[in-house]
Amino acid sequence: MKRVYVNEQWCLGCHLCEYFCAFANSGQSDMARALKDAVICPRIKVEEHDGISFAVNCRHCTEPLCVKSCIAGALSVKDGLIVIDQDKCVGCFSCIMSCPFGALMPSDTGVMQKCELCTSNSAGKPACVQGCPNRAIVFEER
Amino acid sequence: MAINYLYPDYEVIRNQQRCINCRVCERQCANEVHRYDEELKMMVSDESKCVNCHRCVALCPTRALKIVKTDNTFKENANWTGEAITDVYRQAGTGGVLLASMGTPKNYPVYWDRMLINASQVTNPSIDPLREPMETTTFLGQKSAKIRRNPDGSINTKTTPQLKLSVPVMFSAMSYGSISYNAHKSLALAAQKLGIFYNTGEGGLHEDFYQYGPNTIVQVASGRFGVHPGYLKAGAAIEIKMGQGAKPGIGGHLPGAKIVGDVSKTRMIPQGTDAISPAPHHDIYSIEDLRQLVFMLKEATNYEKPVIVKIAAVHNVSAIASGVARSGADIIAIDGFRGGTGAAPARTRDNVGIPIELALACVDRRLREEGIRNNVSIVIGGSIRNSADIVKAIALGADAVYVATSALIALGCHLCRTCHLGKCNWGIATQRPDLVKRLNPEVGSERLVNLINAWNHEIKEMMGGMGINSIEALRGNRLMLRGIGLTEKELQILGILHAGE
Amino acid sequence: MTELQEDYPQEGEVRIPSGCAISGIFSRNGKRFGGQDAIRSIAVMHDRSNGLGGGYAGYGIYPEYKDYYAFHVFYYDNDAKNTCEKFFDEHFDVINLSKIPIRKHPRITDEPLIWRYFVTPLPTKLAASQLDEEEYVVRCVIKVNTDIKGAYVFSSGKNMGVFKAVGFPEDVGEFYRLDEYEGYAWTVHGRYPTNTPGWWGGAHPFALLDYTVVHNGEISSYDANRRFIEMFGYRCTLQTDTEVITYMIDYLHRKQCLTLDEVAHVIAAPFWSTIAMMPEERQKEYIYLRNTFASMLITGPFSIILGFNGGLMALNDRLKLRSLVAAEKGDMVYLASEESAIRIVEPDPDRIWYPRGGEPVIVTLSETGKKVVAAESK
Ligand code: SF4
Ligand code: SF4
Ligand code: SF4
Ligand code: SF4
Repeated sequence: MKRVYVNEQWCLGCHLCEYFCAFANSGQSDMARALKDAVICPRIKVEEHDGISFAVNCRHCTEPLCVKSCIAGALSVKDGLIVIDQDKCVGCFSCIMSCPFGALMPSDTGVMQKCELCTSNSAGKPACVQGCPNRAIVFEER
Repeated sequence: MAINYLYPDYEVIRNQQRCINCRVCERQCANEVHRYDEELKMMVSDESKCVNCHRCVALCPTRALKIVKTDNTFKENANWTGEAITDVYRQAGTGGVLLASMGTPKNYPVYWDRMLINASQVTNPSIDPLREPMETTTFLGQKSAKIRRNPDGSINTKTTPQLKLSVPVMFSAMSYGSISYNAHKSLALAAQKLGIFYNTGEGGLHEDFYQYGPNTIVQVASGRFGVHPGYLKAGAAIEIKMGQGAKPGIGGHLPGAKIVGDVSKTRMIPQGTDAISPAPHHDIYSIEDLRQLVFMLKEATNYEKPVIVKIAAVHNVSAIASGVARSGADIIAIDGFRGGTGAAPARTRDNVGIPIELALACVDRRLREEGIRNNVSIVIGGSIRNSADIVKAIALGADAVYVATSALIALGCHLCRTCHLGKCNWGIATQRPDLVKRLNPEVGSERLVNLINAWNHEIKEMMGGMGINSIEALRGNRLMLRGIGLTEKELQILGILHAGE
Repeated sequence: MTELQEDYPQEGEVRIPSGCAISGIFSRNGKRFGGQDAIRSIAVMHDRSNGLGGGYAGYGIYPEYKDYYAFHVFYYDNDAKNTCEKFFDEHFDVINLSKIPIRKHPRITDEPLIWRYFVTPLPTKLAASQLDEEEYVVRCVIKVNTDIKGAYVFSSGKNMGVFKAVGFPEDVGEFYRLDEYEGYAWTVHGRYPTNTPGWWGGAHPFALLDYTVVHNGEISSYDANRRFIEMFGYRCTLQTDTEVITYMIDYLHRKQCLTLDEVAHVIAAPFWSTIAMMPEERQKEYIYLRNTFASMLITGPFSIILGFNGGLMALNDRLKLRSLVAAEKGDMVYLASEESAIRIVEPDPDRIWYPRGGEPVIVTLSETGKKVVAAESK
C-alpha cells in the first residue's frame, strides 16, 4: 500500500504541510476563506528540535495499536488504511495514549481525528505531500 | 544609524484578506523581511531588506504576497537615472567597489533575438522528428587532420580524447563554494542522467562527487584551489579558466563566510579565509606559457583527457582563440559578457567584454580562414536562455553551448542577483546549512533533466523544420539564419543575410 | 566572372535551389558507345527539367589523348580567350586546341565560344610549384575560373569530358553532337532550377579533374558543408549543391585517400543507432569517420551519380528522400532517377533495384574492361 513517508533530511520546517492538510479537510474551496483567522487543527504535525524537523502523520501501521486500544470500536483497518468512525468515537483518548507516533489528535468537536491519506476528503491524494516544496514527505509504495 | 539616502527598491505587498498568518514567509525569508506582530495579530514586513528573490511569493499557500518595484522616484533625468544616483550614494556611504552577481541586467542588444531560423518549403522536405531519427549527439575534441591506415589497410581509428554529448549542452563552471553542495549534486546527477557534463568550477571537487567523474569537467583556475593529481584524473576533461565573461580580466573572490567546512577542505584552504584567485594565471603571461600548461595537464593525465581553455569574449577574441587553437587545447570555451557570476564588480560586469554572438561569429570565421577550425571544438556560453538560442549558436558555428544561469533558474533561482551576499533563499548560492537544505538534489536534478530534454525536443523540431536530421549539418550552417533589424556591419560580422534576402 | 553575371543575380551570387533528373550508363567491360542512349534516357524525364540547364559527362571519349588533361572552356569574348590562352601557355604544354564541334539548334541560343585544349603541365612550372600534378591542374583551373573575367573551364580531366549548356538536356546532347563520341560511361543531368539563370557554366555536371557529379536534390547542410570544405582551399563560387559535393568527394577521395565506400559513409553516414548495432571493429571505423568528418555529412534530399575514370558511384541521402533506380544487363549498368529512363534504353534488364538510402552503388571496370580501355587508348 502507498503510504506517506518522511525524508527528514529535506524537511524545512516550513509547516506548509499542516496548512494544506487543514485546508484539504476543511471542506472548503478557497484556502484563504477556510483558514483565515482560524486556529488550524491539521492531521499532520511538524516536529522540530535543534535544527531538525520532520512532519508526522498516521503511519497506517500493519499492526495498529490504536485499533486494538479503542474501546468503542471507532477505529478499524480498511484495505490497510486505518480509518475512524467519528460517530462511534467517545473521546476517551485511549488511542492517543497508545499511538507511538502521536498521530491521533482531538478534533475541534472533541472526538478524535486522524489522517486517512486524504481518501475521504476532496483532495483525493495526500494534500500535504502535494504541498511540500522540497519532497520531504512522499507518497509511495515501499 | 546615520542616514544612507537609500530607499528600498521593492515593496512587499501583502493582501491581508488572503493572508492566513501561516508564517511560512517569515520562516522562509533568510533576509528577515517578514515578522508576525503578536499585538496586531498580523504579518508585517520590512521591505528595506527584501532582495526580490520570490521565495516567499512562491511558497505563500494563499498567494497573498507580491513584490513590486517601488514607484518612489527621483526627479526625472535621462542622464542621472535613479540607478546612477543611488550608486553614487552607495559608494559615498561605503567607499567600496560595487559588487553584483549574475549576468549584466543592462539593455545591450541580444543578437539571438535579432536572428531568425529557416524552414523548408516545397523544394526540400521538412522532417518529422517523431517519425524519423533526429540526431543531436555531438563529439567535442580535435579531429584528425589526416587519415592514417593500419598495415592491413583498415583505418587507424585512434583519436585524441573526445567528449561525447547526447545533446550539445553542458553545465558550465560554478564552483563548490560559490554554489552549494546540493546545487553541485543536482548538476552532477543531471549530467549523468543526460549523458552530458557539468563543470566543477575553480573550487575543487568534493570527495562525494568523484563518482560522477565520467560526467565531470574539472577546472583549473588561477587560484588553483583544490587542484591535485587525483582531482585532474577524476574528471572526463580538464578546463583551464583564463577568463570569465562576466568579469574579463579579473580574478575571483569568494568571501571567507562561504569558506566553511567541506568547502575549505575541498579548496584546500583554511576555514574563513577569503579565496582570492588572481586576475591572471601567474604562470601564464603569454600564449607559449598557456601551451606549456596545456601539455603539463595532458602529461599529468596521460593524454587521456581533452583540455578545454575557457576565455572571455573580449575585443580581440578571434586572435586569442586562434592562439588557443594552436596551443594544443582540444576545446575552446568562450564566455560572453552577459554570462553570470557569483560575484563581480558591477562596473566590470556591466561594461567589459563583448556579446557572445559576435564573438562566436568572428572566432568561427577566423579559425576557418586559418584552416584550423577542426583543431578545436568551440563551446560558447554567456546567457543561453532557450533552445532557439542553441540552434542559432550552432548555426553560427558552435559545437556546443555551456549553460549556467538557465540551469540555476531551473533549480529555483529567481535572478535576484545577490549571490554574493551568501543568503540565497533557494539553497543555491549559499553555504548556510538551513538554506542549502532547501534544494533537494533529487528534485533539482529532475528539473534539470526536464529542461534539457525539453530543449532537445525543441532543437529536433527546429532541425526537422529545416530539413536537417543531424546536428552536425546545422553546425556553421549560417544560411539557416537571417538577421532582423541589423545593420550591414552587424550582418557582416555575424556572416548572415538579412531577412528577405 | 562573366559579363552575364553583372546583369542580374547569377549562380554564385545567389543560391538557386533546383529539382532535377539524372541518369548514368556504364559498360563494365569498357565497351565504348555513343552518347545517344544517355540522350534518350534523359529525354524520357523531360518533365523533370525546365530547359534551364542540361549536361553530360562521357568517359573514355579521348583515347588518343588519354595522357593529357582535356580542358573544355567557355569564353564570353575574344579578350577572355586571349588572356586565358596566354595563361595556359605559361603553365601548360598545349598539345592540341580546337573549337568543340556543335550542331546549331533552334532551342539553344546565346552560346559562348566553346573551346577544347589537351594539355600537360610544364615540367619546370610543376616542379617549382612543389605540388603534385593533379593539385597543380586544380589550382590552375580555379585560378582561371576566379580570376579571368569571361573565361570558365568546365571540364578538366583526362580521357573524359563534360558537355553542358542552357537548354533541355536532350537538345544539349544534339547540340554537342554526342552521338559522334564514344565512351564506356555517360552521365547526364536535366535541371529544374527555381530561378532563371542564363549562365552556361551553371549547368551540370560539375567537374573537377575527372570527377563529375550530377545531382538531384536540395541539401539542407549546404552552408555547413561549404564553410567546412572552403577551409581546404576550395572556393564554392557557384553556390550550388553539386559544386560543394564535388569538392567534398575530391577532398575525401583524392586528398584523404578514402575509398569510395568510405566516402559514401562520410557524406551519407549511417545513423548513430545503426552504427551502435555494428560489430565492434566496424563500429569504431564508422564512429571515427563520422566524427572526423562531421561537417561533411550531407542532410536533406539528394541522389547523385559520381563519374570518375574507370567507374560510377550512385548514392542517395540516408533517408532516401529522392528516387534512384539501378539496373543491370550483362556487363551494362544503368542508374537513373526514374525506372522509365532505364527501360527506354534497356527494356529487359536482368535485374532492377532501388538502392537503399546511404548505401552506395559503386561500379568499376572489370579486368577485361580495364584492358580494353587501356588497349583502346594506345
Ligand atoms: S511541507 Fe514539507 S518541508 Fe515543509 S514542514 Fe512539511 S514536510 Fe517539512
Ligand atoms: S494525507 Fe491528507 S489527511 Fe493525511 S496528513 Fe496529509 S493532508 Fe492531512
Ligand atoms: S506565507 Fe502568505 S499566508 Fe502565510 S503568513 Fe506569509 S503572507 Fe500570510
Ligand atoms: S527577500 Fe525574498 S523571501 Fe524575503 S521578502 Fe524579499 S522576496 Fe520574499
